[in-house]
Amino acid sequence: MRRFVLRRLGYALISLFLLSLTIFLLVRVTGDPTVLLVEPGASRADMDALRSELGLDRSLAVQYVSFVRDVVRGDFGRSFYYRTPVLELYASRLPNSLLLALTAMAFSLILGIPTGILAAVRVGGWWDSAGKVFALLGLSMPSFWTGLLMILFFSVYLGWLPSSGAGTVLHVLMPAFALGWYFAAAHMRLTRSSMLEVLGSEYVKLARLKGLPEALVIGKHAFKNALIPVLTLAGINLVLMINVAVVVETVFAWPGVGRLLYEGIAFRDFPVVQASVVLGGSMIVVVNVVVDILYAVIDPRIRYER
Amino acid sequence: MSVNAPASSRTAGVTLAWRWASYHSEGLPVIPILILLILGFLAIFAEFVAPHNPEVGTLSLRFRPPAWIAGGSSEYLLGTDHIGRDVLSRLIFGARVSMLVGFLAVLFAGFVGTVLGILAGYIGSWVDQVIMRLTDAWLALPALMFAIFLAAIVGPSEFNIVIILGLVYWTRYARVIRGEVLSLKERDFVRLAIVAGCSKWTIMRRHILPNVLNTAIVLATLMLGVVIVTEAALSFLGVGVPPPKPAWGLMLADGKKGLMAGYWWLTVFPGVCIVLMVLAANLLGDWLRVKLDPQLRQL
Repeated sequence: MRRFVLRRLGYALISLFLLSLTIFLLVRVTGDPTVLLVEPGASRADMDALRSELGLDRSLAVQYVSFVRDVVRGDFGRSFYYRTPVLELYASRLPNSLLLALTAMAFSLILGIPTGILAAVRVGGWWDSAGKVFALLGLSMPSFWTGLLMILFFSVYLGWLPSSGAGTVLHVLMPAFALGWYFAAAHMRLTRSSMLEVLGSEYVKLARLKGLPEALVIGKHAFKNALIPVLTLAGINLVLMINVAVVVETVFAWPGVGRLLYEGIAFRDFPVVQASVVLGGSMIVVVNVVVDILYAVIDPRIRYER
Repeated sequence: MSVNAPASSRTAGVTLAWRWASYHSEGLPVIPILILLILGFLAIFAEFVAPHNPEVGTLSLRFRPPAWIAGGSSEYLLGTDHIGRDVLSRLIFGARVSMLVGFLAVLFAGFVGTVLGILAGYIGSWVDQVIMRLTDAWLALPALMFAIFLAAIVGPSEFNIVIILGLVYWTRYARVIRGEVLSLKERDFVRLAIVAGCSKWTIMRRHILPNVLNTAIVLATLMLGVVIVTEAALSFLGVGVPPPKPAWGLMLADGKKGLMAGYWWLTVFPGVCIVLMVLAANLLGDWLRVKLDPQLRQL
């Protein structure tokens, strides 16, 4: 077990190393980072001063070490636009992102799990076909287009929901649905296949042989076990949602970390862009490790693999 | 007789060919193929099909609704946008951008992923370790954010988008193809080739590559939808295809300017195009997966 955890942590460190190295190198390969780091319209002397201040005349290896040291300390520099440390900015936006992601997750589970179970129980039937269409549409519609259509219908045509901003419960409904729709399709698919697998297993057959009513077999015996993979995926997806929300957040002007990234691009606020990507990537790496280790705790077979 | 003989054998040949075709096209997804063919046709012949110049508009004709609504004219069938450009023409030229970027990015990603997958699977040892660790690390990155980051640095252009999407999406090919190669490596024809004295490179090129191509094609079709949505998202955010080029994602971004005023056609039509194309690619990919590669059915 300890060996597994150590190896998994090792892989995670490699991932983080590659992530930081990629971002570090890309900034430098694609041109003089001072151009990206100074505000537009800065004078030559300012740029030279900044270059020596940032130590860009040193060797790449030395620069990389100091870059990593700053990142580990949580020092991502200051935003040009807001003139505050980037990390503070990110932290102030994170609660909004979490709220959006959690609501979207609730939508996706409420929509995805029951439809997935129904599709599995009535496999090949009407529900199953309807579920397939739903899943296919969900996976094919870009979330930002779903959002735009909802604004058209609920804000412009009906005038029921606010089209942008945050603050009330009403504000979170549309972005959360637009974001959750894709994941609802993914959760539905997984629930269906996982449920089908469980329904074919020996203990479900036994429960049926005992003469348990079908509702009890499905509701009590099959449902619980079929849910494990779905909830695992949901855990990973929650972090993913925070990071893919950028387009939906842009549509609804939702003040989350995705919106921060978008503003960073629009205002050429480079420290913000860099920090958003490093922090988002690290979040995903960490969650992957936690899930893998939890899996190994639950299922001993995984520990001895590879 | 001698005159009839070739004719009858030809009909027999045709019947056979028809039988072969109908067997192999069982459950052929006609609608997705039709959608892709129509979009492909529009993309290739955009200059001849589009009624107007997609990049030049008439300001006095801005925000015209589609033809069937009061105020619309048959000259601008699907209406005009915020600077008076014809929506239909932009959609038609947009098909070209989407298809070009989509296909090239999938090809590029497929090339990188297939080459790395074959190398990792066949050579093994440290090469395998390095490539697979790189793949793992890459998979951990949030694809969309990574693409946005790259696009923000290198600046918007169609060529850059292709490179970026290729760099972001090669990992899936590498993983799946490495797995295939691992099992191919143990097959008799590869062992015979080794005994016959073929070099590693010859074996990889002549014996391994043709056998993983089916898998690569299936993956490519399935990736096409993902790539097109990502391109649209990047263009929508302003880091993809640069304006005034007509890309569907860019049109949605422009359409947002008229959204609150209720100019729905600027938002609905480009989105419908994206969904049609992605849907067609996904359906075709699903069908190919079952047809060409039984091993991928679980994917």
